[in-house]
Amino acid sequence: MPQSVSESLQKAGSADARSSLRNGYVLEFEKPIAEVEQKVSEMKQIARSGGLDSFSDDIRRMERKATKLKEEIYRKLTRWQKVQMARHPQRPYTLDYIPRICSGWTELHGDRCFADDKAIVGGLASIDDVPLMIIGHQKGRGTKDNLYRNFGMPNPEGYRKALRLMMLAAKFNRPVVTFIDTPGAYPGLGAEERGQAEAIAHNLFEMARLPVPIVTIVIGEGGSGGALAISVADRIFMLEHAIYSVISPEGCASILYRDAAEAERAAEALKLTAPDLVNLKIVDGIIEEPLGGAHRDVDAMAALIKEKILSTLKELQQLSPEELVRARQEKYANIGFWLE
Amino acid sequence: MDWFRKTREGLTAKAKKETPDGLWVKCESCGEIIFRRELEKQFLVCPKCRFHFAMPGSQYISLLIDEESWEEIDTNIQAKDPLSFRDTQKYSDRILKAIKKTGQKEAITTGTGELDSNPVVLGVMNFRFFGGSVGSVVGEKLARAIDRAIAERRAVIIISSSGGMRMQEGMVSLMQMAKGSVKFSQLAAAKLPYISVLTNPTTGGTTASFSMQGDVILAEPRALIGFAGPRVIKQTIGQDLPEGFQRSEFLLEHGFLDEIVERKDMKAKLAQVLAFFSGNESS
Ligand SMILES: [Zn+2]
Repeated sequence: MPQSVSESLQKAGSADARSSLRNGYVLEFEKPIAEVEQKVSEMKQIARSGGLDSFSDDIRRMERKATKLKEEIYRKLTRWQKVQMARHPQRPYTLDYIPRICSGWTELHGDRCFADDKAIVGGLASIDDVPLMIIGHQKGRGTKDNLYRNFGMPNPEGYRKALRLMMLAAKFNRPVVTFIDTPGAYPGLGAEERGQAEAIAHNLFEMARLPVPIVTIVIGEGGSGGALAISVADRIFMLEHAIYSVISPEGCASILYRDAAEAERAAEALKLTAPDLVNLKIVDGIIEEPLGGAHRDVDAMAALIKEKILSTLKELQQLSPEELVRARQEKYANIGFWLE
Repeated sequence: MDWFRKTREGLTAKAKKETPDGLWVKCESCGEIIFRRELEKQFLVCPKCRFHFAMPGSQYISLLIDEESWEEIDTNIQAKDPLSFRDTQKYSDRILKAIKKTGQKEAITTGTGELDSNPVVLGVMNFRFFGGSVGSVVGEKLARAIDRAIAERRAVIIISSSGGMRMQEGMVSLMQMAKGSVKFSQLAAAKLPYISVLTNPTTGGTTASFSMQGDVILAEPRALIGFAGPRVIKQTIGQDLPEGFQRSEFLLEHGFLDEIVERKDMKAKLAQVLAFFSGNESS
């Protein structure tokens, strides 16, 4: 782990207030942590009101216990637990990262054909004076916002907007960075009428030959073709607890086991976590999350993402457009396993 | 992505019509009782309602390719099990069963030949094999077929029928969408034409990648073509789908197909289209 990464992770771990589960959404496997954290906060309150100094040793001990528990639990999540983490309602979304990572953000709207899809955002920005195009899925928080964002499920116009922005970036020789976080492309009447399949297919085709660097960060849920449509990239990184899958575990379970409740089994079988996909050589690396997940310390997470984007762009910008496209094409042409 | 249910439906339907006990076949669309030999003479199209029965890959090849010019390529490539995937059965066992049942090694057959004297690379997908789902082998066979087309300056024709990506290969199968796109962009860079022909059914990641990337996109009448399967959409919107939704005619109306072509006219139409592109060999 690079120095600065471990530093920011340590910082994240010590940031008690931010890393607490209190007032938050607690997943089933997080309950033991929530209990210990609750106890720590109670003890602190008593200590504060009573001014009991002798208490502080106990508090420190409990805090150490909480940290140890967190390490035990979060570093060994099962695939199904990671699915839950990737979909955590408090997980940071694209628009949480953008202001923390870049400056001069100008969102660009619309596909110039039909509408502006709120489930994909994109625009101009700079990261440390490097101008680039940022495109990402956008989920909503809460019912109203989620309806506005269509739960992060794009319609064809979302993919067409993304393509428009990528072509614009290519025209002015700016790199493209995409953030992946979608349950999938929206399966609706209008989406089919307006050519969901054509929109995705067109993006794949153009991304396969786009003459500027493309870097993808899977920040949450990578939902099948709806994610792939903006992630044919030179480098793909996944956050530690992100997932990327050909089909949702629920969808897979209902087809293979005839029971969506078997999603846990399906998640295991699908090999959809960051380490799985690094092993399969589909993903280039993992960005470690603050202990307990990206939502415990969004600033620290954003700093790590920013650093990864910058170092990757630095590396990719040494290639000529032809070399870049050739390397990207070779990478994809080599994916597959067969007997012969 | 939901090939399994479709395969089962497809298989039960097909089992009926491919092993007809008698001389008569019932049209699954209009119910007409058709004399088997008449149906075959009509390229497996119902003479009454023009319903296009599923056509085995080998028959589609002989429908399109000039006699004795066909040479199948990459016949020995077979699926591996990169995820050690198992549901109620092991993926590797399912593959062996599919091979045994269909007599084919994978969900696509590729080869070179001449279509009305035009040099082509043809790929015909086999829906009977794992619901025509796309995994590593389909991706690799497509890739090599395109390399061949580029090396020998041939046009590419793909006859699609597929339920999408093969989920037993997980993300490796999803990546075949990108792999195919890379290869077809190389074909485009070589200025060679790609004609995509969609047949019933073509859905999921297949439609959302190479099937919709043709320079010219044709379809057989009334083929189901879409991204999401009708069942999923129905579930999402909570109401019945309109008549004709996601059928070829619907796609033509909405601007996603160049033309709907009856099977009996397919070869002549493809020859016409190829003629437009030929003469570009020296580019
Ligand atoms: Zn009929």
